[in-house]
Amino acid sequence: MKIKKLDKAAFGKWVNSCIENQRVYGVQAKEDRFVFAPLVSAKDLRLDHDVTILPPKKYFLPPQETLLKFDRKEGFESVFDDEPFVLFGVHPYDMVAISQTDKLFAENHYDTHYFKRRQKATIVASDVQNASKDVFAGCMGTATVNDGFDILITKIDSYYLVDIRTKKGRALAKTIKDAEDADDMSLKLRKLVWADNTELLQKHKLHVRPEVLPRVLDRSYEHPVWEENAQRCYSCGSCNLVCPTCYCFDVRDDVEWNLQKGRRYRVWDGCLLAEFAAVAGGHNFRRNRADRYRHRYYRKGKYVPEKIGEVACVGCGRCITACTAKIANPVEVYNKLVDEGK
Amino acid sequence: MCKCDSEKDIYLPLPATVGKVKSMTKLESFFSCQLDSGEELGHMPGQFVEVSIPGIGEAPISVSSSPTRKGSFEMVIRNVGNVSEALHKLAAGDKLFIRGPFGTSFPVDEAMKGKDIIFVCGGIGIVPVRSAIQYVLDNRDDYGRVIILFGAKTPSDRLFIEELDKWREEKNVTFLETVDHRDESWSGPEGVITTLLPLVKIDKENTIAVACGPPIMYKFVIIVLLEAGLREDQIYLSLERRMKCGVGKCGHCQINNIYVCQDGPVFNFSDITDIKEAL
Repeated sequence: MKIKKLDKAAFGKWVNSCIENQRVYGVQAKEDRFVFAPLVSAKDLRLDHDVTILPPKKYFLPPQETLLKFDRKEGFESVFDDEPFVLFGVHPYDMVAISQTDKLFAENHYDTHYFKRRQKATIVASDVQNASKDVFAGCMGTATVNDGFDILITKIDSYYLVDIRTKKGRALAKTIKDAEDADDMSLKLRKLVWADNTELLQKHKLHVRPEVLPRVLDRSYEHPVWEENAQRCYSCGSCNLVCPTCYCFDVRDDVEWNLQKGRRYRVWDGCLLAEFAAVAGGHNFRRNRADRYRHRYYRKGKYVPEKIGEVACVGCGRCITACTAKIANPVEVYNKLVDEGK
Repeated sequence: MCKCDSEKDIYLPLPATVGKVKSMTKLESFFSCQLDSGEELGHMPGQFVEVSIPGIGEAPISVSSSPTRKGSFEMVIRNVGNVSEALHKLAAGDKLFIRGPFGTSFPVDEAMKGKDIIFVCGGIGIVPVRSAIQYVLDNRDDYGRVIILFGAKTPSDRLFIEELDKWREEKNVTFLETVDHRDESWSGPEGVITTLLPLVKIDKENTIAVACGPPIMYKFVIIVLLEAGLREDQIYLSLERRMKCGVGKCGHCQINNIYVCQDGPVFNFSDITDIKEAL
């Protein structure tokens, strides 16, 4: 493990050298909010962002992704995207979400399309400098992160600590100049940042430890909150769309103008959308809004944890911000179940 | 991060060729197919495949023939969606594309061995069950009594008409059928499938029931089977859901925590009694 200490100028030079050498995406301002987008200059990189509109999931599971191309006579052929890229500014909670998605795409059936891209990605994580208005990563245990990334950046006063962890990280860090090794003092200060972030990233406070949620849900299937909140649900799927741990998808075909060739692609889908569980012939196995609404909370709090051993909500708070009906706050929902069960 | 099997593509369908096509009812057609690789499909009764038509899409379809009958595999496809409509336009010699087989199967080599078997098939539910029936009949000595109950909505909805007659005449098979609504062509019994159950004697200690039909059928069939003295673990069901990816990723076929494409489509009833969305 190697930790470097860079001042602002050295840091900017390093980021620009990364941009010169490969495809780099980084967090940038978009009006008064933030997005991951192609980075052309270090000066556009905003590591002081609170949260991005969409999670970095879009680079591993793109909103639309070609899986196969076909020729109606010849049949299908796999299409893989394995061009290397660097992702700058992934917050700890988003890093945890990426690591969870890795597990889900590897279990039982290995998804080569996902992993070709994932293995070529170098992830530069970044400790949170400013809390977003709805973040609750602190109580989900995801305000800080200890693995999954290749490099972790922590801003302390006027300099950056660059913690290089993996082979890919070392390759990316090769162009770092004018850096010294991190001293004990700055490492101590980094620990303080982590302790502070765990406290600060709790704009909503879960009343139990996240590990308890599967047991809370065990006794909450018939709770009135599902029906009450779902009555205001537009089934718009915004909560699915912005969620870093949602990974459901639909698969569709696209034909070229010649009607011979085309592609099969996957596209994000959402379990809140009305037709999600409908089959050909018209039967919809999850017709009721409340059933769809409840399904999402059970997936995050019970079903996925049963598969990978972690609660599949990382506390980014994006669903809370995105929901027009103001019913998507997981902390409010889970606390209601917790408190009434006491 | 797992780096296993890194070149295999779980979404890549393999080419197959249509052998025989036969219209069975207004909505359903029969297809026999063979993989172009010359290999057997390698399925077990109850499993399904994802069938592709390039440019249209992919749909989950039950395999209707038994792996004991080599060379080709058979499907019956109801014309209700984009993919099935396109499949209905195929003729002998045309290409289609296959992924799979996927999912669980009826326990023909395990729990069903040595037991009396009662097959309860409602309408198109006979399609996957036929694979198990053929398997059992092809290994007839391995099982006890074989009882096949079939219910169709109307006489014109009956599938596999010639095979039904064969089962009816088979010496060591009890075959009973009914239609929900009779017409002038039908002289047999009228009534829902549960009306057939009291007509057969069930050795409750020694019987395995295999049921497949529309969602509503299960509710009533299960009650009658339990009343007849079967335990929950003696009943197997095949459930339908939107199995889009077939590999437990896309989320569409989930019943609570269960993925039908992986944990099903065949379930032991005792395993799903607590699964609220199952029935």
